[in-house]
Amino acid sequence: MEAALIWEWVIKSLILIFIVLTGFAYTTYLERKELARMQVRIGPNRAGPWGLLQPVADGIKLIFKEELTPAEADRTLFFLAPIITVIPALVLMAVIPWGDTATLGGREVTLYLADLNVGILYLAAISSIAVYGIVLAGWSSNNKYATLGGLRSSAQMISYELAMGLSFVVVILLADSMSLLEIVKAQAGLWFVFIQPVGALVLFITLLAEVNRAPFDMPEAEQELVAGYHTEYSGMKFALFFMAEYGKMIVVSAILATLFFGGYLGPGVDRLPWLGPLYLGLKIFVALFVMIWIRATFPRIRYDRLMAFGWKVLLPLALALVFITALGIMLEQMWLVTVLSLIAGAVAALMVNRALRRKEYAR
Amino acid sequence: MLEYIAIAVLFLIAVVLAALIVFLGEIFGPRHSTPRKAMPYESGMRPVGEGRRRMPVRFYLIAVLFILFDIEVIFFLPWAVTFRKLGLFGLVEMFIFILILLVGYVYAWKKGALEWE
Repeated sequence: MEAALIWEWVIKSLILIFIVLTGFAYTTYLERKELARMQVRIGPNRAGPWGLLQPVADGIKLIFKEELTPAEADRTLFFLAPIITVIPALVLMAVIPWGDTATLGGREVTLYLADLNVGILYLAAISSIAVYGIVLAGWSSNNKYATLGGLRSSAQMISYELAMGLSFVVVILLADSMSLLEIVKAQAGLWFVFIQPVGALVLFITLLAEVNRAPFDMPEAEQELVAGYHTEYSGMKFALFFMAEYGKMIVVSAILATLFFGGYLGPGVDRLPWLGPLYLGLKIFVALFVMIWIRATFPRIRYDRLMAFGWKVLLPLALALVFITALGIMLEQMWLVTVLSLIAGAVAALMVNRALRRKEYAR
Repeated sequence: MLEYIAIAVLFLIAVVLAALIVFLGEIFGPRHSTPRKAMPYESGMRPVGEGRRRMPVRFYLIAVLFILFDIEVIFFLPWAVTFRKLGLFGLVEMFIFILILLVGYVYAWKKGALEWE
């Protein structure tokens, strides 16, 4: 193993972490600005031009804040929980391809850290590790709100993970590979979202639930649970949870873009490989914008309905999509996949509508 | 194999970074802990009873069901990769597998395991 290769990895890792960190800082800024605009306010505008230095100011403020550890907390786990939560958010970035190979100073450089042949399995495995951090944070705080928040969010995350896994299966079927690079290359002709639009929608919903974003932000249901699992955290440990949440938003947007929206693909990317990161960045930005928009638009859904939606609607729907996709591939009729999955999605939506009506009139 | 070493490098850097951030706070933050500050936060009320009490059995049920169906999803992954080679046989085989699991799913649904009151 040559030293240059190790340096390449170190530099790429640092770049990836830099992307997640600055991305995290400016996603909070974007969220505050966008929400403010949608609520006819101005948002942060004091620190720097247009408030651009606001995230920096917030970060510096948090460094100098006092950190409290509750007297009866489990000190080791209380200390470890934020670290366990933030690491998956950073490590998930490893398999996202930002482009194919490019030349830099006469050297062939791949625009991804690692192209695993089991890339999708890696995504599923690492993203479920984050549940540990949340459960441990809630449990170790010795606080009722925190315990309940941790339990709720873990139950929600594992429930939606099933439908997420099944929509991964749809992508694997379409691309005939688990490597993310191969998946992106398979979309060169047509993005998978056009073949399997309902699959993309299911994946988007489950990813929203996975990062505990509105309208699935149960653990942060302020009216009932204060701040959920991180109620007792302050200072930089709180900052780590914040970082994990927003870092995961970015990663999840990257996953969605890679699996269904063509990843780094875009016009001219064959000739100029350096355009790849630009296109992926743009797609991530759009996904983040939509996520924040959803927070501004939709109210939080009730917990029983949240669980029912995951188990009774998304799971069967995703299962049906897998079989529809398999059928279409076997008959080599891709239009059939689109039509049948749209019908399946419409049926699911109608059933949700009926169930909601029945409940409302019964009470 | 090389890819996994690359991921290990990223993992190590991520661990160092996370530890660094925690220690930044430990170094620069003031420390004036008082018994009142160290009390569990309950919106200003004096906490009654343990913070870690018994949890609703629903959560266990969800976790057990999750394990069942997650294994099913994991079985799907190798099947999906080799699907084009398996052809009709693979489709029928998987359909039977899912039918067996669906029996359990319908049973859990009818028994009210998926209800949340």
